[in-house]
Amino acid sequence: MSVESTSAPAVQEKKKEALFSKKNVRTLRDPLDDNNPITVQVLGICSALAVTVQVKPALIMAAGVIFVTAFSNLITSMLRNSIPNRVRIIVQLIIVATLVTIVDQVLKAYMFDVSKKLSVFVGLIITNCIVMGRLEAFALAQKPWPSFLDGVGNGLGYGIILVVVAIFRELFGAGTLLGFHVIPQWAYDHGYVNNGLMVLPPAALFVIGMYIWVQRSWNKKLVNVS
Amino acid sequence: MKFLQNIIHSIKPHFEKGGRFEKLYPAFEALETFLFVPGETTAHGVHIRDAMDLKRTMMTVIIALVPTMLFGMWNVGYQHYLAYGMEATLMENFMFGFWKVLPIIVVSYAAGLGVEFIFSVLRGHPVSEGYLVTGLLIPLTLPVTCPLWMVALAAIFCTLLGKEIFGGTGMNFMNPALLARAFLFFAFPAYMSGDIWTDLSPEAGHAIVDGFSGATNLVTFDVNFHNLPSVGDMFWGFEQGSIGETSAAACLIGALILIITGVGSWQIIVASVLGVLGMGLVLQGLAPADMPNHAMHTPAYYHLLMGGFAFGAVFMATDPVSAAQTERGKWIYGVLIGAFTVILRVYNPAYPEAVMLSILLMNVFAPLIDHMVVEQHIKKRLKRA
Repeated sequence: MSVESTSAPAVQEKKKEALFSKKNVRTLRDPLDDNNPITVQVLGICSALAVTVQVKPALIMAAGVIFVTAFSNLITSMLRNSIPNRVRIIVQLIIVATLVTIVDQVLKAYMFDVSKKLSVFVGLIITNCIVMGRLEAFALAQKPWPSFLDGVGNGLGYGIILVVVAIFRELFGAGTLLGFHVIPQWAYDHGYVNNGLMVLPPAALFVIGMYIWVQRSWNKKLVNVS
Repeated sequence: MKFLQNIIHSIKPHFEKGGRFEKLYPAFEALETFLFVPGETTAHGVHIRDAMDLKRTMMTVIIALVPTMLFGMWNVGYQHYLAYGMEATLMENFMFGFWKVLPIIVVSYAAGLGVEFIFSVLRGHPVSEGYLVTGLLIPLTLPVTCPLWMVALAAIFCTLLGKEIFGGTGMNFMNPALLARAFLFFAFPAYMSGDIWTDLSPEAGHAIVDGFSGATNLVTFDVNFHNLPSVGDMFWGFEQGSIGETSAAACLIGALILIITGVGSWQIIVASVLGVLGMGLVLQGLAPADMPNHAMHTPAYYHLLMGGFAFGAVFMATDPVSAAQTERGKWIYGVLIGAFTVILRVYNPAYPEAVMLSILLMNVFAPLIDHMVVEQHIKKRLKRA
């Protein structure tokens, strides 16, 4: 005797979220502009001042931070259900410190000169507010894949500013980009002089300030956000 | 005058609402009110109307700056002919300096006012008069050999980052002219220090005299203050330095004009003089006895005459926007400017132009000083209640 079931299944199976659903793309894209960690959240300013004298160290620093934010977000998110709430900061620190040590050792092994230039600032990624901020605000409450995207996005948002600032500082401070002479010799012959202020840390603040100014006058979402 | 007025009236409709150049109204308005008193009256409420509006205030400062400017022009020529050992009349000296200084002034005004006009057209607010004074102060704080494109860059920088970014005239927390100088000082140190104070453009048939030294007093006194020129020379300004800063006498005339018209605060000027004298005396008292040439032995009043102190104290520190506003605050502000100037000059030879740095520093502290003064006053009144 067969009983035909007429009722729908009690629990409808949740549709699996696509890898790059709208929400995930937004997680990745928001930190690039609308919610940029440096220009909107004003985090990570310290290293932005220190490593942006030239483009090459800035690029490598950006890559290091992207690696650390992405994987620390991923690992923390995977462990999020087993991390006791009371010691979560210490657990996060251990994760971040491990990743930073990996970055530091890789740089020392393969790019010693750049590692010298970045000196203490690679180690100081641990204290970069962006990393801890994303762990606390995002990874502890989200699934691994969105957390990973969020980490990549925030690292990229940080990296974009770093590279833009470094381009301005290297171009006007030394007349070069990535070590190549960009400003032609005849300009120097006609009285052009490299701007010594651009090599000093305050110039990074000026450039970031101008970037924020321009960004806020373009981006309507940021009007009156403070 | 009638002729100018007719022109203004005939082109006015083009700039008003609906006219062809409606967007450029701020530029037109600036020109009109610069030439004539506008014929508008207040429509609502009670306003205090005084002849002393912002434009007249700024013009008063410019008049006060004229003696330093004229003397600076003469001194540029005087130093030039002195370096070549040539005899020159008063007029020759002046004309040489005039043709050297005029381009700097023109470039400074053109670049700075250009930025101001662009911003007032973009934002639709009237062009403010603040730049009239800044545009003249910038050239007077620079050495005569400064390349013109650097002057333009500094003028643009200080208008953009010193003023417009904070909302225009009256919103700047630092003196824009000093900001321009500080920008050049840190950006192009080779053009702002060293042997650059005298214009050494070649003279046919003459060579630079033996014993010519490009060092200013501020560098000399750090090595051995006995080598300084006589007090008279330093007071009248027969010495090398930035265009407007050398003569304490010309600055004194400017100070009198500012104080009599009430445009500049006499408290700030007096307080900064007291600050210099006080700190100078303290350092003299502490000076090591076994080193008779040490900079600390310099008589305190020398600091009033050397370098740019007189110019800075009279024209820069009294800037009504960036200085302290409360009465007691002005005294604290002035004394600290004087004291920091002497400390920096004596202990930090790397930055000889200490007046600039100490005024900028105190500009940053001025709101804090005002806040403390007001808080203290409130506390005192509460205690009495």
